[in-house]
This record gives sequence, C-alpha cells and structure tokens, in this order.
Amino acid sequence: MNDVKIGLEIHVQLVSLKTKLFCSCSADYRGKPPNTNVCPVCMGLPGTLPVLNEKAVEEAIKVAKALSANISNVSYFFRKNYFYPDLAKNFQITQYDKAGGIPFATGGYLKLSNGRRIRIRRMQLEEDPGRIYYEVGIQEAKYSLIDYNRHGVALIEIVTEPDIREPREAREFLEKLSGILEELGIPVGGYEGAIRCDANISLREGARVEVKNITGFSAVEKALSYEITRQRNLIKRGIKVERETRHWDERRRITASLRKKEMEEDYRYFPEPDLPPLIVRKDVLERIEGIVKPIEEVIKDYVKKYGVEEVIAERIARDRRLRTLFDRSVKNRPDLARHLASLLANEIPFLMKRKEIELPSNVKGLLIVAEARRDGLSRDEILKLLEDWLHGKEVIHHKATTLKEADLEDIVKKVTKKNPKVVEDAKKNPRALNYLMGLALREAKGVIDKKKLFDLLRRSLGL
Amino acid sequence: MKWERLSAIRLIEELKSGSITSEEISAYFLDRIKKVDHILNSFITLNEKAVKEAEKIDKDKKGGRLAGLPIAIKDNITTKGIRTTCASRILENYVPPYDAEVISRIKREGGIIIGKTNMDEFAMGSSGENSGFGPTKNPRDLNRVPGGSSSGSAAAVAAGLAPLALGSDTGGSIRAPASFTGIVGLKPTYGAVSRFGLIAYANSLEQIGPMGKNVLDAAYLYSIIYGEDEKDSTSLPSPPLSIERISNFEAKGVKVAILTDLVSRVDEPVRKVFERGINYVSEIGAEVSEVKLEGIDLALPAYYVIACSEASSNLARYDGVRFGVDCRTNLSWRDAYKEVRKLFGKEVKVRIMLGAYALSAGFFEEYYVKAVKVRRKIREGLKKLLKRYDYIAIPTMPVLPWRIGEKLDDPLYVYLSDALTVPANLAGVPAISLPIGLADGLPVGIQFIADEFEEEKLFGLAKRFEEEAGELGVVDL
Repeated sequence: MNDVKIGLEIHVQLVSLKTKLFCSCSADYRGKPPNTNVCPVCMGLPGTLPVLNEKAVEEAIKVAKALSANISNVSYFFRKNYFYPDLAKNFQITQYDKAGGIPFATGGYLKLSNGRRIRIRRMQLEEDPGRIYYEVGIQEAKYSLIDYNRHGVALIEIVTEPDIREPREAREFLEKLSGILEELGIPVGGYEGAIRCDANISLREGARVEVKNITGFSAVEKALSYEITRQRNLIKRGIKVERETRHWDERRRITASLRKKEMEEDYRYFPEPDLPPLIVRKDVLERIEGIVKPIEEVIKDYVKKYGVEEVIAERIARDRRLRTLFDRSVKNRPDLARHLASLLANEIPFLMKRKEIELPSNVKGLLIVAEARRDGLSRDEILKLLEDWLHGKEVIHHKATTLKEADLEDIVKKVTKKNPKVVEDAKKNPRALNYLMGLALREAKGVIDKKKLFDLLRRSLGL
Repeated sequence: MKWERLSAIRLIEELKSGSITSEEISAYFLDRIKKVDHILNSFITLNEKAVKEAEKIDKDKKGGRLAGLPIAIKDNITTKGIRTTCASRILENYVPPYDAEVISRIKREGGIIIGKTNMDEFAMGSSGENSGFGPTKNPRDLNRVPGGSSSGSAAAVAAGLAPLALGSDTGGSIRAPASFTGIVGLKPTYGAVSRFGLIAYANSLEQIGPMGKNVLDAAYLYSIIYGEDEKDSTSLPSPPLSIERISNFEAKGVKVAILTDLVSRVDEPVRKVFERGINYVSEIGAEVSEVKLEGIDLALPAYYVIACSEASSNLARYDGVRFGVDCRTNLSWRDAYKEVRKLFGKEVKVRIMLGAYALSAGFFEEYYVKAVKVRRKIREGLKKLLKRYDYIAIPTMPVLPWRIGEKLDDPLYVYLSDALTVPANLAGVPAISLPIGLADGLPVGIQFIADEFEEEKLFGLAKRFEEEAGELGVVDL
C-alpha cells in the first residue's frame, strides 16, 4: 500500500489549563448549562479585546518540545474569516504559515513502532469554536441551538506531513500522541472531544481528499480504510479522484461529500491587529526545556550522562512509568544509575509480566534494591527484594550486616563441612571450586567481600 | 449663569468649591441638550440616570478629579447599561453589559456620562452624515457638516451641550470634526489609551481621544483616560502628563516643520488661514522650516485598504445571533445573516466589500500587503522627520466644511478630505487639531504632530498657539 499518503490535522484541547485562550472564563466547560461559561470577550461582544493566556503558551511549548519541534521565537496570530454560527466573531483567532504568518512551532516528528518517523509540519495555537445542537436530527431540525461554553478554549492544531502510509499507522500516531500528551499532564483521553482529527488522503496521482468529523482513534482507522477502498474503486473504474472535503458518517460508516474544491471558502487570513506578536520568552523556554525532552534526547542523555547501555536506556525512556521512576531515583543517586537502569529495564518488567501489579512510586525502596545489586547480591535475592518493593513491603538490604571476616569463615566452615566430597574434588578441579564458591555465596545473607570469601575458601582447602 | 461658557477646568473648580453641585450641572446640561439638540442631532441616547448619579456623587463627596462633571461619549464607546449603537440600526437596541476602560476611568474620577453622541456609522465617514440616526449639523453653520466621524461629540462641545467629550480617531475622526466645529481634539499615540470597549472599525489605527473647547480642557480629560491597560494587549505605558507643565510651556526655539507637499494641495481659503497660523507659530518663538516627505501621497490609499480590510473582519460579528437585533426567522442561518446585515448603512457596506476584496485570495498581496509596506515607509519617514524637528505642522482639513448632502454623490471628495489626518494614524504618532481662525465664517484648524508619547509636548505647543490665536468659544444657538 505504498501509494497511499495520509496527513493528519489534529486538534488538541489544552485540558490542563484553568482558563480559556483569550479570556478568563473557565476552560472546564463540560457539563455546564448552555451559555453560562461565557463573558463579553468569548461572546465576541463589540469592543472586547483578546488577551493571550500565558499558560497556554507554556503548555504549547511542552507539546512542541515533546515532539522535537522547533519553537518560533516570534509567531503571529491571524484571523481566519468565515461565517458560521458557532464562531462568535465570525472569525477564528488562529495562526498561519502563509501571508507572512509564522506558526508557533514547525518541524518535529513522532516515531511509530515500526521505526517510521511521521514528520510534523506545524503546530499552532487557536481558539475552539462553540457547539451547535439540534434537538432533532440535523435534517428535520427547524432551528439550531448554539452553546458558546466551549468557545475560546485553547487548542493546539498539529498538522503532520503526508507521511502516514496506512490507516493503522494513523491510529498508532494518535494513540502515541495521546500518550505523550498524557505524560505532559494534558490527559486528552479523559475528556470527550478533547482530541479531534481531520485526515487528508491521496492515492498515487489522485487529488487530496479531506475527511472531517472523525471522533475516536478507531474511527480514524475505519474512515481511512473506507476512503482508501472508495478511491481505489474509482481509480479502477478509470474515474478521477477529485479534490474535495468529505464527512465521516459514524453511523453509516461511510464518508460522504461535503463540498467540492471550488466551494472551498476563501478565509481571507490577515494578522490579528488586537494581539502583539507572540514572543516566547527565553526564561520560559529554558524552564520548560528542563522539564520536557523528546524521547530521542532522553535516551541520548541516559547513555551520555549515566553510562547506561543504549538498549536499556531506550527501554526505560519509552515507558513513562519506568522513565519517571528512573528520573526520580537517579536524581538522588547518580552513582547507582546503571544498577537502577538494569533493574528498571530487566527485572522489574520481568516481575510485572509474571504478575499483574502496579508500579509503586516509592523511590527509597528501589534505591535500596539498587544498592543491593551494586553490593553483589544474587539475582534471586534481588528479585526477592524487588517483590517486597512491588508489594509495598519494607525493603531490607542487609547492608547493615555487612559480613565480617569471622562471618565469612563461618560460612566457609559450614559449606566445606556439608560437602566433603566436593571439597576433595575442588582441590584438583577449579569447576568444583566454583561450585563451592556458589554455595558459599548463597549461604551469605548480607553484603560480602567476594574476593575475601574466595580467598578464605581456597585457604581452607589448602590451596 | 451660562455654565456652558466656562471651561471644563473652571467648572470642575466650581464643583470642587461647592458653588454648584454636580446634580445642578448635570440637570443644566441635560436641559440644554433637550432644548437645543433637536437642531443639531448631536446625541443619540441620553443617560436618563445622569442626574441621579450626580446626586450620588454630591452626597458621597468623593468627587474625584472630574468632581461630578458631565461628559459626552461617542456612541462607539461601550457604556454599561446605556445603549451603544455606533449610530447603526444593526445595534439599535444593544445595551452593553460592561464599561469600556476609558469609561471606568472617567467614572472612577467622578465623571458623569451625560449621553452618547451621534457619529458616522461605525466611525466610517468624515462628515457626520453617514449615521443611521440622521446627520449631525455643524453648530457654526447649521447647513454644513460638522466633520466626522466624531460629529456629535464635536458639535456638542462647540454648542456647549457638554463641557467635554470623548471621540475616537481612526483616520482623522477626532481632528476633522474638531477642525470643522472650531474646537480642540487629540488623537493620542497608538497604545496610549486603552481600546478596551471601543467598538472596532480599524483596530491597528484607532485611538480614543479627548475633545474640548480649549487645549487645557482636552489635556485634562486626556490625563484621566491615558495609561496602560492589561485588557488591551496593544496598550503601552506613557510618561506622566502634567497640566502645570503644559500651562507653562515655553515654545521659544522649538523646531516646527511644515510638510509643504501636503499644504500645497489644500483649498485656497484654508491655505490663507493656515499661513496666518504659521505666523502665530513664529510669533510664539518657534523656528519654522519647510520640508517634504516622499510617498506621503500614498498614505490615503494605504489607509483605506488597511482600515477597510480590518473593518470587513471586525463587522462580521453583527449577525443578530448574540446581541442587537433578533435574527430568529424561518430562514436558514445564511439567509438570516443576509437579512440582518441589510441593516448596515451604505457606506458601511461599501467598506466591508472593499476590505473583503483587498483580503481575498489573489488580491491580498496586491492590496493589503502593499498597503502595509506603504504604512511602514510613512511611519519611518515621519519618525525620521520627528527626530530632526520637534513638531510637524499641517492644516487639519484640506477644505472648509461642505454643505450637508452636497457631496453625497462624490464619495472620493470626502475620502480625499482625510489626506492630512491619516498619516498620523498610519504612523501611530499623536496629533492635535485646534482652531486658527475663520475663513468665510467657517473654522479652520491647524494640526500639530509630535513623536510617540509626546502628548505633553504637543499640548504645550498647542496651549501657546491657542494663547496667540484665541479660542473660538461656544456657539450660542
């Protein structure tokens, strides 16, 4: 299916914000009686002016950073002019990449599980329109009702390059993006309509068709599959695919034509005169850069800063819970980095796979296990300690009972006494000696000096 | 006592001294409006609660710097609870739920909103004739236009119906009527006064400004309204303004440049009076030079392209859905919008169409982008001149006030009358207009332009000029 090109336009509501993008109305509009979450500004009353929500800029920087996008030092707001009842001013304040416009961020990408990078073309800040309700079906309705509660909520529009090759990838892209947003504290998955998607799709030399009104990730996959089949059939029958906008009908599971290219609106974009250029302050950028990093950079950091192996670094970086634990614990004990990394990449997922358990957030216990690992405890011991930690029990590492020479001598005595045959064997056979050493190690409950133990063992055998 | 003959500053002194109450003053001016304004048509809505509000100010004894003085407000400035129409039938019944920032500032200082003044619809016009509520008349000659778009504010001040007024100036809308009616009006530096609550015609050009019988009155009102406002992202902090420094301004040695390429194109009677004005400028001790500014003739077309472009977008919200007229019909929403928007006057429709055209695909580069470039050039040119000279002086209007209705079939004539006022809006610099004297019995105004945020310096020179030229005083109707 390498003749398919799909690009997505994704609208993400910044659900982490307290207020709307240009006024101080609550961003939490859901479940409120219609037209109660409004003010003169978001209702577009004559004489009102927009004032940019600085927090929205910070959230947008986070998203841009997480997608490795380039944040514009200066960007501009533009007016997109079109009449529609859900727009109080009959224009939308958005950003633009033509007519002298500069969007908030450009470039960047998101990597899919098959290793393919889906490039981001641009990201822009804009206001959400209101919502239109029909008490009966849209066809039968004699009138429509408009609720402006949502109008003015901050959106980021993320536009991808047409790098997606199949519907499954589109779905994965959205799921991955949603995961990244959740990690950034923008849990779009938890709110109905907080992430919405339009898709552009073209086959071979065919024209680009835009499919609108797709809600839900599985619907995106279905809508795109339908659209590919539809376009293929047209091509097969020798009919040219026309440039048009189609609408995904969730109930009938088909796309239907909304308007042809010549019907496309001329939005008469021009710079919003009521807002000064959006200048990203350096201190804000640096502060956020300290918090959010694209995964590739996180991996590089782990390798460079902590000497973690790349495979292990990647395994941790790609799992938010593991990464959070690693970041939190390594901060206090960078000396334990490699041990922490190994635990998080190997032993912990191993135990978690065996049993359905949640990861605790207690870093202290994890650090003790890492110390134990550094001190040379056996894998079984480590796994036992980890289980204690996973089950919320106190993690006790016998570091306090670091074994003294006398203790080690006791262990050697005990082991040699129990295994006289092996002792004889070991005097000639190094493999038998290793076996004895293994037994001695298992006997040692605590931190030991391995070299010392080995020396004592050899000495007792007269070697 | 004929209170309308006193300056606003004098009236405030009287109010503060207790020789008259705010209630009496408000009642006096309301009464005067009711007696006289049927001739002028300078008000659209009167604030029936003005006297009550004045009573309260008297009782609370918290006069503030305006001490209960009545002020007339152009009807494109939003007033909570008082109908605000922009002189448009489309807003005929619109009562805003909030106050413009300038209104809050005036109220905080004890100002009384006496009424809302007539204007060209949505501030689109230079004569005061394009109003959905009928044309305003010039109190100096009732057959002539008072200039626009702040026609009612100017006429009300000139006829003594209000001691002070607010106007707004997008391309000359304060200065043109100030000049035609023989009063003082200031267009402030872009960003000096909050636009929050000013119903937008062309956001990037316009400012609210004061209008008064004389320079100090205008300066006093300005000193109350200026200043940064967090509700207007384009507003900026200004240096503090001192009425005392303005009163004692020394004009000796200041450098005034006359833009000859603009002066050469004004009508003969205006030029004659302007020359007299230049003599006054010399007499107060200023050094006068003649300069030229390349490309200044492109200011007018650039202004109209930018203003109409912004207007076409600003005025899209008048669809009858959320405020103003009721759009509930059996029509589809598109048809309902079309029906409602028929309520716009002809000039408004013309400018919306011009603007939509200039912004549309294929024409955007040719019109809007080019106009923005011209604007930058003019701004650079004027700023450069203002580095070498303290002021630029030109006439305010190139013509004398024409007869009402005379130019209805000649819209270009009316557009061209903005040629001397639009450069200051394009450049964002402050400009003041004040009377020089009369030509054929009609007022002629001079315009001084200074650099950004030099309002104090501008008022200062104007004050000295006024001492030389004299005030035209209130018209007795």
